Amino acid sequence: MSFLTIQDLDVRLRGSGQRLLRGVSLEVAQGQVHGLVGESGAGKSMIGKAILDVLPRSVEIAGGRITLGETDLTALPAKARRHELGQRTALIPQDPLTALNPARRIGGQITDRLTRVLGWGAARADARAVELLDEVQISDPARVMKSYPHELSGGMRQRVLIAAAFAAEPELIIADEPTTALDVTVQKQILKMIAAMQAAHNTTMLFVTHDLGVVARVCQRVSVLFAGHVVEDADIHTLLSVPGHPYSQALLSATPRYDDPRASLRPVPQSVIDATRAEAEAHDV
Amino acid sequence: MAEALQIRRRTPLRLWLSCGWLTVFFACAIFAGPLSPQDPLAQDLLFERLPPFWASGAEPGFWLGTDSLGRDVLSRMIHGARIAAIVALVAGFGACIIGTTLGLIAGYYRGWVDQIISRIVDVWMSFPAVLFAILLVAVIGTGLTSVIVAIVVIDWTRFCRVVRAETMAQSRMDYVDSARIAGFSRARTLFREVFPNVLPVIIAVLTLEMGIAVVVEAILSFVNLSISSDDPTWGGMISEGRLSIHQAWWVLVFPMITLFLTVLSFTQLGEALRERFDPVLR
Amino acid sequence: MSEVLIAVRNLEVSLPDMAHKLPMGRAPMIHILKGLNFDVPRGSVIGIVGESGSGKSTLGRAILRLIEPTAGTVIFDDEDITHTREKSLRGFRQKAQMIFQDPLSSLNPRHTILGLIAAPLTLRMGRAEARTRAAEALEMVGLPANFARRYPHEISGGQRQRVGIARAIAQRPTFILADEIASGLDVSSQAVILSLLQDLVRDLGLTLAFISHDLSVVRRLCDRTIVMEGGKIVEDAGTAALFTRPSSDYTRALIDAIPLPVVDQLW
Repeated sequence: MSFLTIQDLDVRLRGSGQRLLRGVSLEVAQGQVHGLVGESGAGKSMIGKAILDVLPRSVEIAGGRITLGETDLTALPAKARRHELGQRTALIPQDPLTALNPARRIGGQITDRLTRVLGWGAARADARAVELLDEVQISDPARVMKSYPHELSGGMRQRVLIAAAFAAEPELIIADEPTTALDVTVQKQILKMIAAMQAAHNTTMLFVTHDLGVVARVCQRVSVLFAGHVVEDADIHTLLSVPGHPYSQALLSATPRYDDPRASLRPVPQSVIDATRAEAEAHDV
Repeated sequence: MAEALQIRRRTPLRLWLSCGWLTVFFACAIFAGPLSPQDPLAQDLLFERLPPFWASGAEPGFWLGTDSLGRDVLSRMIHGARIAAIVALVAGFGACIIGTTLGLIAGYYRGWVDQIISRIVDVWMSFPAVLFAILLVAVIGTGLTSVIVAIVVIDWTRFCRVVRAETMAQSRMDYVDSARIAGFSRARTLFREVFPNVLPVIIAVLTLEMGIAVVVEAILSFVNLSISSDDPTWGGMISEGRLSIHQAWWVLVFPMITLFLTVLSFTQLGEALRERFDPVLR
Repeated sequence: MSEVLIAVRNLEVSLPDMAHKLPMGRAPMIHILKGLNFDVPRGSVIGIVGESGSGKSTLGRAILRLIEPTAGTVIFDDEDITHTREKSLRGFRQKAQMIFQDPLSSLNPRHTILGLIAAPLTLRMGRAEARTRAAEALEMVGLPANFARRYPHEISGGQRQRVGIARAIAQRPTFILADEIASGLDVSSQAVILSLLQDLVRDLGLTLAFISHDLSVVRRLCDRTIVMEGGKIVEDAGTAALFTRPSSDYTRALIDAIPLPVVDQLW
């Protein structure tokens, strides 16, 4: 039984009607981490934005359904949907630099969700925030609570954002390229942290990334996107060992890897790109 | 990607209105002679304090009435536009050339050159501008040239600061390093690579500066430090109109409205240009 | 002609730390490069890797004398380029070229593609000849001739990076420094750009220094790799050896942190 279900999601540019997502369907079981992989412009971030109802104003959902548990989010009126999302979902954003308000202390930015959405008292929320910072292995959480974002390193900020995302015990977390801006050694720590937190809280997660190596670390299932179309949806073992779609194969061979340099960094053949594009556009009727 | 597509440029109505008003303003300045219904200097004590055309007692040919010496308000305003325009253009460009040159040098070469220029700017800007202008004109004597010199001497710092900051930002761009690797000299890199990228900001500030120059000129005329009080200037008219406000409000009000609209138009246009050239929005 | 194209000796770079400058006093200095020594043999491809703040980009810029070193020398083609006046660097400026990380910021937005490639050449030859050579370079990087009249913002990221490469090779250099040239690109464009660069370097017999944070890419491209941390060289070894038997703990940690597209429970 899947927890998050997306059926035939169709997202278009207002006005021109240009298609950004072409009938995307996917199912994520409760407690699973589902990866969304693709190159820039493939529409992977757009899916997360559509779920969280934060699509840019120039873009609209032209069709399809998004169901969270028993609730059909797309059928709800805007206000009820916002309420539902606020209670049940959270986001781990890409850029830890811009995602935190530079003029506010860290503490308030973690407890916002608890006090505003869940209506907790300040003392209880603060206690919970300290607990969470401790859980993401920030030493001296009390001091960090009082710090401003610029006083923390990139890795620390990303930990804070992870703590903030898990604060209200959401059922679904969308992680949008959470480690792309980080150095590899920090990325490793953060990925381990996300995986551990996800397992401990049994949270369902949608993990958006362009990096197949990152997907291999945290995801159980993966959807590969191209031009707003899911070209392959497979479990991680299958995708990495015997990818079914030529585009997935090509993407895998293009990925640089130090353990097998000769077999990596192979340009994606134009024929594969053209065939995949034709396949994606076949959806437009 | 989608966010980028969202930004669509629309020219707002207020920008059209500003451009329209400035066209009228410059047209008046250029064709002041043929456009004026009367001689702006002709005094006629038989026609003193005539009201504007819609009020009873108005005389045909004196559309906006006359002042206490019987001079036509509309004609004086049109001729005042000429002086305002001369000040705006000459003082604006003068301040722009000095400030931009120093700003480019300071922002690009940095080091001790920058230290010196920046210190001068800091000291310069710590004087209250208008007081400084009044003092300066009082020292070098009144007249159109003095007004322009005073504005240039005071306002070049505005350009210098903005241009220096933008030049520094542009100099950090890789294309500057790229030009040096190509073997171009520092000076050529500054003028051929950096300058064109700073130019939009300069144009925006120049437009704002023209509005400021018009205000400063009006203030100096108001305190009788601009050109001789016979020549029509907006500031001078406001100053004279103040004395007969209860008998002839129009002598004061029309030049004030004109001054206000002109400065507002320059400011609006400058802001719009600045926004358009803002690297963040670009 | 010696075997070594570039010899770096005791290279130090310090910059004033404006963030901690006291109002009246001098700013404290940050030591970005702390005495580096290495050689780049003619015709070799050398990788310079490290995380952000390691000083790898500063090193690149110091080699090309875009940054003035505080101490030490860089010998390029038997010529000390650190202690000469900018004016006498003419020859060096033609022989040593650079490809930048962000092609959008390294290509002046106000010039056409052909103009961008041809402009540096006009210092040494006529306009017509420069344009012919620029067109040749454009062809060598696989861009159609009709790109010549476009502007940098009108083409894709991968295409812009090709323009960056064309601009460098049009000078017929002996050495190219590539600074993170693939990090802003998708894997597919990255693969295309890197194989293009690799082919050109081989065909033209160039020496290449490749600065990157991505060890997997360096493994594929470079004969030798220098690992940097905190302004120092922690390891300098043949690439294959470096990956199989890293001698420093930092290198090992860096390699271990790379997420391979393989399911690995122990990672």
